Formats: sequence, C-alpha cells, structure tokens
Amino acid sequence: MTTHPTTPAAQAAPCAGARWQGNSVSDIRRRMVDRVATALCWAATVLVLLMLFSILFVLVRNGVGGLRWVTFVHVTLPPGQAGGLANAIVGSLIQTGLAVLIGAPVGLLVGIYLAEFTATDGKLINFVRFVSDLLLSAPSILVGLFIYMIVVVPSGHFSGLAGALALSMLVVPVVVRTTEDMLRLVPLAMREAAIALGAPRWRMILFVCLRAAREGVATGILLALARVSGETAPLLFTSLGNMNWSMAPGKPMASLPVTIYQYAGAAYADWTALAWTGALLITAAILMINITVRLGLGRNRK
Amino acid sequence: MERSATSPSALTGAAKGNGDAVFAAIVRCSAALILLGLGGMVAVMAWGARGAFARFGPGFVFDKAWNPVTQHFGAAAPMFGTVITALLAILLAVPLAFGIAVWLTEIASARIAGVIGTLIQLLAAVPSIIFGMWGFAVLVPFMAHYVEPLASHTLGRVPGIGTLFRGAPYGTGFLTGGMILAVMITPFICAVMRDVFLSIPAVLKESAYGLGMTRWEVVRRIILPWSRSSVVGGVMLGLGRALGETMAITFVIGNANHIGWSLFSPGNTIASLIALEFPESAVGSLKFSSLMAAGFLLMLISLGTLVCSRLLLRTKAAGR
Repeated sequence: MTTHPTTPAAQAAPCAGARWQGNSVSDIRRRMVDRVATALCWAATVLVLLMLFSILFVLVRNGVGGLRWVTFVHVTLPPGQAGGLANAIVGSLIQTGLAVLIGAPVGLLVGIYLAEFTATDGKLINFVRFVSDLLLSAPSILVGLFIYMIVVVPSGHFSGLAGALALSMLVVPVVVRTTEDMLRLVPLAMREAAIALGAPRWRMILFVCLRAAREGVATGILLALARVSGETAPLLFTSLGNMNWSMAPGKPMASLPVTIYQYAGAAYADWTALAWTGALLITAAILMINITVRLGLGRNRK
Repeated sequence: MERSATSPSALTGAAKGNGDAVFAAIVRCSAALILLGLGGMVAVMAWGARGAFARFGPGFVFDKAWNPVTQHFGAAAPMFGTVITALLAILLAVPLAFGIAVWLTEIASARIAGVIGTLIQLLAAVPSIIFGMWGFAVLVPFMAHYVEPLASHTLGRVPGIGTLFRGAPYGTGFLTGGMILAVMITPFICAVMRDVFLSIPAVLKESAYGLGMTRWEVVRRIILPWSRSSVVGGVMLGLGRALGETMAITFVIGNANHIGWSLFSPGNTIASLIALEFPESAVGSLKFSSLMAAGFLLMLISLGTLVCSRLLLRTKAAGR
C-alpha cells in the first residue's frame, strides 16, 4: 500500500512555522494546480465511463424491442415481411468458428516458436514477433482486400470460407501473443524434469509446457474469438453476406456484422430496428466473453 | 536406468530425434506463414495497384480528383481525411487516456481502480461497427444541433482559427469522425500508460512525496520523464489503430471526396472509401486499381506508424 499523500501541508508538522510549510503564494499555486489536475483526471474518467454507458444504453433502448422469437428463427426478409436474423447468427457462428479452427493452431505453433526456440533462432524470433505485433494492429479492411485478391478472385466467387480465412488472419496474432506470454511463465524446473525423464523436446513442449499453460492459452483463444466476432470490414469483400439460408462454406454466407451494416443504413424502420437488435446481441456476447475471461483471470491470480 | 539399455528405448530414441525434427519443421513453417501473411499483404496490394500507378504516376498521391465518370482518380482527399481524423483522435484521446491512467494508478484505491479499469477495457472490446451506429444515432445529432452551431457562432468569428469552425452544421465530418476514433482508441492508449505507470519503482514516487511534492508534481516530474518513450509508443499504437479504422468512421465521416479546412466539412478516409466503393468496381478496372493503390498507401502509412510504435515500446522494455 502506498501512502495517501493528499494533504501533507495541512498536517501540523513538528517544526511548524518552517519555511517550506508556509502559505506563500507559490505554495498556494502549487496546491491549486494539483487540485485542478486531480479534478481533470476525475473528469476524464467520468467522461469515458459515460461514453461506455451511453453506448450500452442506446443499444439496449433501440435493440431490446427486437428480442423476439421471430428474430432468432426467421431468416432476413425484404422490408415489411417480419424477417429475422437467424441466417446471420448461424453464419457468424460458422465463420468465427472456422476462423478460430484455422487461426488458433497456427497461432499456438508460432507462440511455441517464439517462446521455445530462442536458443536456436534468436534474431529471427525477434523479427517474427515484430511482424506478428504489426499484424495485430494492421487495418482489418486491408486483410479483407488481401483475401479477396488471393481467394475470391481466383475462385471466382465470394465464400464463407474466404470470410473465415480473413478472420483467421486476425485470430493468429492474438493467440501468438498470449501463447508466448503464458509459455514463458512455465517454470524451468518442469521442462528439466520432463527432459530428465527422457521425453523428447516436442513431447515436453506439447504435453508439459502447453498443458501447464492451458488456461492462459484458452483465454487467448477466447479473446481472439471475441475480437473477430464483431469484425465487419474483413467480411465485406470475402463472405459478402447472403439474404437466404447459407450453411455451405463454399458459397456467400450471411454474418451478423455485415447484416447490421447493410440494415443500419437502410430507410426501412423494421430493418434499422433489426440492425439494433443484432448490434445488441453481438455486443452482449462479446462483453460476456470478455467479462468471463477477466473474472477467470482475476481468480487465478489470487 | 536399467530400462534405458533395452531395445524399446532405443526405438523411442530414434523416434525422439525424428519427432523433434518434424516438430521443429512444423513450428518454423507456421512462423514463416506469419511473415508470408504480412509480406503477401504488401505485395498483393502493390500488384493490384500497378495499373493506377502506371496511369497516374506518383502524382496519384497528390491528386485531389476522384471522378469515376472521367476515370480520373487521386488519393489526396481520402489521405487527407485519414490523417486529419487520426490526428484529431490522438489530440482528443491522449489527454483522456492520460487522465484515466493517472486516476487509476495514483488517485483511486486499488479495488475501485480494478473495477473501473476493467470497465474501460471493456470499451476496447466493443466492435467498431457499434461505435459507428452509436456515433450516427447519438453523436451526429448532438454535433449538428448543439456543438457545431455554437462553435461556428463563437470560435468561427475568431480571426485565424475561425476557418476551422465555419461551415454548415451537418453533424458528420472530420471532427465527428475524430471524436468517434478518440473514444475507440482511448482504452488502448490508457492500457499502455497504466502498465508503464505501474512499473515505476515505488521508491522513486515515495521519495518525491516525502520531499513534499504534490501529486501533480510527482506525475509531471517523476512519472512522465520515466515513462516518456513508452507513452509515446502507446500513442503511436493508438494512431495506428485510428488510421486503419473503417466501420466506425464510415457512418460519420460524410463520405465526400474533398479537402476542406473546416473541421465540420464532410470528408472521407481511405478505409471508408474502400468499404464504400470497392463493391461497385470491377476487377481489373482503373477504379479497382486506384482503390488498391489507396489501400497500399494506407498500408504504408499505418505500418510506418506501427513500426515506430513498436520500436519505442521495445527500447523501453529492453532498457528496463
């Protein structure tokens, strides 16, 4: 615990009357500046919290009306025909699921590379880590363009698989980050014990280190899932969206974010209402994953 | 000890060497995938952009026109919009993030700081399209009805900076875009700042307080100098995010390809331009190629920013 230093000058010091404790103009100025700075810090925090609550409030106010049975069982329909979001919800689940299935193993392996192969390829490791960090914040719409050029154009059509590939490019760097961090926390003694028992290095890494770090690694994968399930930009040019049922990964596939994007700008009241409901659903899901992960982490740290 | 001499273990010994080699190969291949991913992105963008650069030359970067009818394209207007909105976002987000980071580390008690810190980080998890919808539903009307008329009647009359605040109050435009981006990147910058502030040795702060410094003086004279390069790195990280953001900005920027010095004038960003016009452009057309060229420029700008950010953050981590 740090000391609470709010009013040192106000307390009666043993050497009261000493110069440094007096109420000269400069002392008063210093205290005023401190008060103002503190007040501004409070204001910044309150302002940003207000933004968060404003977003949540608007989402609930505009979206809660659409939380009806129809929304979850009907597919998207032309305006005025009481459509739902069923195909978009299923499409989103398929695409994010595929994205994690593709991206998580690659991310795990790269994370292992960064954490376990430092002895042999030191310089290269730093470069790979650097590039992975760049990918972590690269503009997601350019990822969509990239997949469009290398998958959609050669194959001749949009597909859910292309969307999943685009999303998986965003999954990889998140998983890499957490996997490396978690593997580095595994104590050296455990590795030495495994090697001493005669385990080959790959068994030591996969069955001892990775198992010891599994909760942290799972956390990373969950966070990656939460991150990509709200991504719209990479899907615009890859899975395109679909007004009908679309379960085949080789065909254009609907997704919640793209449907929200299409509906939010529409001039029909029932479409915009559905867009808000979709937005509420997706935000609730993402925040739920995040809160669960954070609570889980907090528990483990104690 | 005894078993190690028997034949089964000799077998596993052979398999052991093999397995390690195979595993190392697989792991190295995945690492190569990462490098291929980023390298491929840059290469594919450059390849797709070759038509536009061949047609317009380097002048593409400075050309203000974006006219599909006359087949005349230039990236100056969306580039201007991208940079202006991102800089506005940084200008607004840095004080906010700094204030919150100081509040979390120096002012609030540990328990409350934990809860509020989590809430702030939840804001970072909200998808960007939600920010766009919120901006369109809440921020745009607010700007159009209150902020912009008020600002143009007061600040707009000040000579010099007045041009920044004049113009029709559409509600959409550079300033609104910058504000949305600011809300989005504040949690990122704040997270970096808080982590560095927490890493300062307590002895430094305690001795400063012991000498009679006020809290603000400790922040200003001890914490900031200690963490300067990391703070700048965090800010650059936020800038990188703001430059590439698409869905939030496309709702509120106004989507007009022109350069205006009024903060209220509608504009465009590269990412938003691509999102809107890419579906309407045929593969191989000049417009398609120009959009790829704009994407390539965005890639260069944001990668440059992110590289600076990582270098700054890394030197600090290494120096610690």
